[in-house]
Amino acid sequence: MSTQIARHWRLNSQRYQLVGEVCPNCSGKIFPPRDVCPHCADKERQPDYQFSGKGEVYSHSTVYKVPEGYEEAAPYTVALVKLDEGPLVTAQLTDVANEAVNIGMPVEMVTRKLKTQGDEGLIVYGYKFRPQMVAS
Amino acid sequence: MKTAQNVGIVGYGSYIPCYRIPARVIAQVWGNPGGVPIKEKAVAGPDEDTMTIGLEASRNALIRANIDPQKIGAVWVGSESHPYAVKPTSTIIAEAIGATPATTAADWQFACKAGSETVQAAIGFVGSGMVPYALGVGADTAQGRPGDALEYTAASGGAAYIIGSAEESLATVEASFSYVTDTPDFWRRPTTHYPSHGQRFTGEPAYFTHVLAAAEILMSELDYKAHDFAHVVLHQPNAKFPERAATTLGFEKSQWETGLLSPMVGNTYAGASLLGLTAILDIAKPGERVLCVSFGSGAGSDAFALQMTERISERQTVAPTTQAYINRRVEIDYATYTRYRQKLQMH
Ligand SMILES: [Zn+2]
Repeated sequence: MSTQIARHWRLNSQRYQLVGEVCPNCSGKIFPPRDVCPHCADKERQPDYQFSGKGEVYSHSTVYKVPEGYEEAAPYTVALVKLDEGPLVTAQLTDVANEAVNIGMPVEMVTRKLKTQGDEGLIVYGYKFRPQMVAS
Repeated sequence: MKTAQNVGIVGYGSYIPCYRIPARVIAQVWGNPGGVPIKEKAVAGPDEDTMTIGLEASRNALIRANIDPQKIGAVWVGSESHPYAVKPTSTIIAEAIGATPATTAADWQFACKAGSETVQAAIGFVGSGMVPYALGVGADTAQGRPGDALEYTAASGGAAYIIGSAEESLATVEASFSYVTDTPDFWRRPTTHYPSHGQRFTGEPAYFTHVLAAAEILMSELDYKAHDFAHVVLHQPNAKFPERAATTLGFEKSQWETGLLSPMVGNTYAGASLLGLTAILDIAKPGERVLCVSFGSGAGSDAFALQMTERISERQTVAPTTQAYINRRVEIDYATYTRYRQKLQMH
């Protein structure tokens, strides 16, 4: 249990703010953070990079039989989202009917409840994507 | 009340969930043939709570403020529906906007006044020179007992304000005032799910006494009359109460209609007056004055007199406007509403 709490804590900036990395060698944007650049295999320490949170649906599928802790949201759509900065991210879509999702749909990152560890456990928050709202 | 150094609102933001349940749908379920207090209310989705609502409002406030979040010296969240009984909502929001770790953070409670109380405190915290910026948030996912009168109006939404120096402000705080008494109009004990209300205490001795006193005292301290304000926004548990109170204070419909959102979104409790104020800030012009008065059961009111600066116009549309959130509307039926709000407990 305590290692789980520590793991959630380390993942906070990734989960809440969509903070990834930028490769010092090829300037490729990286999410989630990793040891080796997926674009050029560079192994230098990569500085943090704040993604805009905007992207589009690259592919999607609706999940009916959901893992424990995710029952509140079932059935939900999981998408591979292509961020404007390049990387593909897997995430749940929200505020959209499953049948209304289509490839190329512009989406933006929001922070929502990912799962609840029963009535007594922690609430885990993280990124999801919703159809883009225009600024005004 | 005035601060030692002049302060104001440097950024503001709102959030309203996309789901709506019309009051007539609730009336049908309970066989209520009478009139309903509002048109419809905003309902949080199954993955939303006071933290997620407060966070999106705070992110919008930060976009409009355009400041380094590390300079925010206080993150205060007022609500009566904090997701945890023990574990602050404010630290999650502070971390998610990048304000941690050198900041204060705390959750506040004072029924529907919890949000405006954070703004009142933020004005003092910045006005004393202790911190350059302070963030005050009011957000709720309010619930009424199934079949209770409050079920028609108890809604979800919130607003966030970043207070900073007057020089950087979109709207300066001319003065503020708070008025509280011990009044048992509405309460909830820790182990119960739904609130209780003292029927005969809710109107006259609670809402009207506190809202009118706070507004009248602040206006007389500043020597302002109703016509000195372009807009007024009062706590809005329904449409009737704020209309009647505003009329008593000498205001006309053209002054209150922009900030009166309860007919379209319901009563967002700690969010209500602060959310109505965001709709005014979205369209206000430089030089205009706004009066904002909250109300929280228990009971009390915070009143704020604001004046728009030249900076307001350029920041209004850099983040989603409150009208954009009102327009983003998905109607749901009672069964879906019950599932989203997990409204299975009857006590
Ligand atoms: Zn690289």
